[in-house]
Amino acid sequence: MTSRPELQAPPEIFYNDDEARKYTSSSRIIDIQAKLSERAVELLALPNDDVPRLLLDIGCGSGLSGETLSENGHQWIGLDISQSMLDVALEREVEGDLVLGDMGQGLGLRPGVIDGAISISAVQWLCNADKSSHEPRIRLKAFFGSLYRCLGRGARAVLQVYPENLAQRELILGFAMRAGFSGGIVVDFPHSTKRRKEYLVLTCGPPSSAAPRGKGEDGESCSDEDSSGDEDNQSVCISDRHRPRKKQRLNKKMKGREWVLKKKEQMRRKGNAVPADTKYTARKRKARF
Amino acid sequence: MRLLTHNMLSSNIKGVTNGFPLLIEVEKVVEKQVDFNEDFLRNMFAKIEWKALVKASRTMGYTELPENSEASMLNSDEFLRKFHHALLELHLEEGALVCPETGRKFPVNKGIPNMLLHEDEV
Ligand SMILES: C[S@@+](CC[C@H](N)C(=O)[O-])C[C@H]1O[C@@H](n2cnc3c(N)ncnc32)[C@H](O)[C@@H]1O
Repeated sequence: MTSRPELQAPPEIFYNDDEARKYTSSSRIIDIQAKLSERAVELLALPNDDVPRLLLDIGCGSGLSGETLSENGHQWIGLDISQSMLDVALEREVEGDLVLGDMGQGLGLRPGVIDGAISISAVQWLCNADKSSHEPRIRLKAFFGSLYRCLGRGARAVLQVYPENLAQRELILGFAMRAGFSGGIVVDFPHSTKRRKEYLVLTCGPPSSAAPRGKGEDGESCSDEDSSGDEDNQSVCISDRHRPRKKQRLNKKMKGREWVLKKKEQMRRKGNAVPADTKYTARKRKARF
Repeated sequence: MRLLTHNMLSSNIKGVTNGFPLLIEVEKVVEKQVDFNEDFLRNMFAKIEWKALVKASRTMGYTELPENSEASMLNSDEFLRKFHHALLELHLEEGALVCPETGRKFPVNKGIPNMLLHEDEV
């Protein structure tokens, strides 16, 4: 199992030439990033008027996410800290403009000029201190403050993130709110360990409408069918964070009598033949049995 | 980098109060054709700092933009074509962007400006 890339090296080192190429030639990654980007664009909720907008792609990498913006007809500026990733974007002849920069230093953009921003699988990197001079809180503050300023009033930023844990999620969201954004987190497929994806949906100024709902929030079709492949890829590393937690939970629950009774009841409802519940049901067996 | 992006970028160095517009040092300009879209130009017009766009396009060797502009000009197809060309089709391929206050140079290679700040500039 690979650990989170965020824990291995700073982004500009982790995404070197090799990794940038590997990343961009994996059809699985291309597919996942395209889906995440499509969803982010949907959550941006731009007016449905066919007018191309000027959008930002923060942590644009090799341009996989930006390509979705182009396909939707928009102009975009992509920012990334990895020269290697941007080199691959050049090779792929993406349509957006590319800027080498560090979002943690704040975005150097004029106020109010950007119509919307997306960021796919990048912002959690800010939670790591990669240099002695790095203070995640200061970098998050600089990032969200500058993002808020460069967006037009009412414009949205949709940031798909892989926070390492609850504390990180709250840290990121907290700084977004402090910068003045309204909004919150949209979770797609919250009941699926593999398909679960989260997006910070932020609006500059007062919210234009109620927060959108996550896909599969009510348990609809989260059968993990689209994640048959291995999940141990570093770039989309959600498995490492979720597996141990899942195991613990199951171990605890599986032991109880209540759990067994519930399962048996479920099986009965499905029409299966299930032995009746008795005082022996789910009773602990003696070791010598 | 196109002048659209140049018109949005500003110097982010700590202590700089007016980092816009970045001066342009040209080594190489390339032109790339982009589909003309009126709606985009209309949407952008109000956000563009016109003087900066005129100056930047002249630095890049394009002198057709009028010194001043107003919204009524958006009715002229000729104006829109020029605006389109300056905004989206001229790329600074090699050169530098220069902070107007400090003179700090941000190099542009292969069309990508390097806006990374040094530690003492953050
Ligand atoms: C998993 S990749 C995603 C790339 C692209 N958005 C996509 O969907 O394919 C994460 C990207 O975030 C970039 N990144 C990480 N920290 C960054 C920072 N502080 N500033 C700008 N980019 C950063 C990395 O260099 C990397 O290209």
